[in-house]
Amino acid sequence: MDSSKPQRSLIWIKFKRNRAALFGSFLILIYLAVALLAPVLFPGNPSAPNLMKSLERPSLKHPLGTDELGRSILGRILYGSRISLLIAIGVVCVGLLVGVPLGLISGYYGGKIDFVIQRVTDTLLAFPGFLLALALVAVLGVGLKNTIVSVGISMVPIYIRLVRGCTLGVREQTYVEAARAMGTRNGIILIRHILPNVLTPITIQTSLGMGTAILFAAGLGFLGIGVQPPTPEWGAMLGSGRAYLFNAPHVATFPGIAIFLAVLGFNLSGDGLRDILDPRFK
Amino acid sequence: MMEFHSLLSIRNLRTCFHTYEGVVTAVDGIDLEVYRGETLGVVGESGCGKSVTALSILRLLASPPAEIKGEILFEERDLLKMSVDEIREIRGNAISMIFQEPMTSLNPVLTIGEQISEAIRLHQGLTRQEAWAKAIEMLQMVQISSAEVRVNEYPHKLSGGMRQRAMIAMALSCHPRLLLADEPTTALDVTIQAQIVDLMERLKEEIHTSVLLITHNLGLIAEMARRVVVMYAGKVVEEALVEDLFSEPLHPYTQGLLGSIPWIGRKMETGRRQLQEIPGMVPSLLEMPEGCRFHPRCPRVMEVCKGEEPPLVQKEGRRILCWLWK
Repeated sequence: MDSSKPQRSLIWIKFKRNRAALFGSFLILIYLAVALLAPVLFPGNPSAPNLMKSLERPSLKHPLGTDELGRSILGRILYGSRISLLIAIGVVCVGLLVGVPLGLISGYYGGKIDFVIQRVTDTLLAFPGFLLALALVAVLGVGLKNTIVSVGISMVPIYIRLVRGCTLGVREQTYVEAARAMGTRNGIILIRHILPNVLTPITIQTSLGMGTAILFAAGLGFLGIGVQPPTPEWGAMLGSGRAYLFNAPHVATFPGIAIFLAVLGFNLSGDGLRDILDPRFK
Repeated sequence: MMEFHSLLSIRNLRTCFHTYEGVVTAVDGIDLEVYRGETLGVVGESGCGKSVTALSILRLLASPPAEIKGEILFEERDLLKMSVDEIREIRGNAISMIFQEPMTSLNPVLTIGEQISEAIRLHQGLTRQEAWAKAIEMLQMVQISSAEVRVNEYPHKLSGGMRQRAMIAMALSCHPRLLLADEPTTALDVTIQAQIVDLMERLKEEIHTSVLLITHNLGLIAEMARRVVVMYAGKVVEEALVEDLFSEPLHPYTQGLLGSIPWIGRKMETGRRQLQEIPGMVPSLLEMPEGCRFHPRCPRVMEVCKGEEPPLVQKEGRRILCWLWK
């Protein structure tokens, strides 16, 4: 990795110059603000049906219209941001907590343990990511927690591969050998000497991974096997809006735009971070 | 002559690597003795097994693929028979090591102080504050100016010479009895080299450590070592006191090594335009020549050298692995 510790101010200057990354982080900021302030922006219960106002077009009272049960789509999107944020963070945590230690161990120790971890990773990577999440949901069942776990596990092999690859490079550095020559234990070498040196790619992957997580969870929701109604979840909203695509297109369109913007934000920031932090892309 | 007590005694050390192309024997049955308080120089071309010897002593080679055989007695205990915990207790404490590349031997994401105090806390059981104070003290000892400031800095802010000083500070922080210095000055400017040599000489006296100095720089050996071991293709081909080796090299390889050093003024004296060189290259470890390993490059090769391994000749306290002196 980088031979010197990146200077924070320099990173900030480069980040400001990267317009795509700046726009991406702007989207993420809005997204975070909406998730935090949802009850302020939309007082009232986003899940309470009002069948009298079913499928209304956008109006002053309901700026984005209402769905088939007469619930404000704006309110459900605002509250839905909390669900998707929760999923994104949860998924990435599962991926990091399982994938990073396994990748470190696999890359550092090598040998049999590496072989076992890598063959399992190969098997998981052989499935297209979404299919794997789908299969796991089929085993675990629907719901918020299981969505997080399923999508999280489908991300684990990506982290394992990434961290293992970087560890293989860092492991051969003289400072790791020097640490061993000083009598440092393997565990401490892994955590204090190797992990900080592979954090850059992990950070980039985490940003990109949050976008993918939102997309996957929305996909599961769309199929009706993700987060269950009446919880306002973007994918599920999109799924239920599909039935009214011709007479009330706003029901499916606005959740779709919300998903699009959130994923775009994470992807642009992730790409920007990679351009800035990864010396290979300079 | 002074009485010397053996500190490290290597007997028939054989380090080989199991590779896909076959077994590569990097160190092939060498014997070495390091006495208390002395500096033993190990010289040889690249790839002759010098560094592997040092790494074998601390068992730093990943095994597999490496396989280390023989005996390495350190204060009468065989390092090769120790448990993983025992050898870890030795590393950095009783025996420590300095590496060739000061640019890469410090971790870029940890401050100098964090790295030195980590080593101190590991072996001396000091608290964080005590270890930190000791780290500053060590930096002062290796003459890094404004050590209190430097201790908080990351390696990229230090020059090569400063980093090597910091590395020496780290290696000596637990007052090791033996210091393995693997090409400690090779990557540095000449003026910095001289400073580092002076520093190592002084610290060696101060903390009474023995040094195993690995280098291909014969000038450094002349400056620092008391005895020299010349290695070629995994074998010790000559061992002698520094003065004897320089005044009268016996092995043709040693003669070649000494002949290939540039001396200021020699061109004028001899009228030679070129330095002497040893023709050819160190043989691949996979295709060792029969008989004496040096015979394809030896200017004084004889028939016997091509077929039979040379004997170890003891002569006036020196050891030579060559048919010439039989």
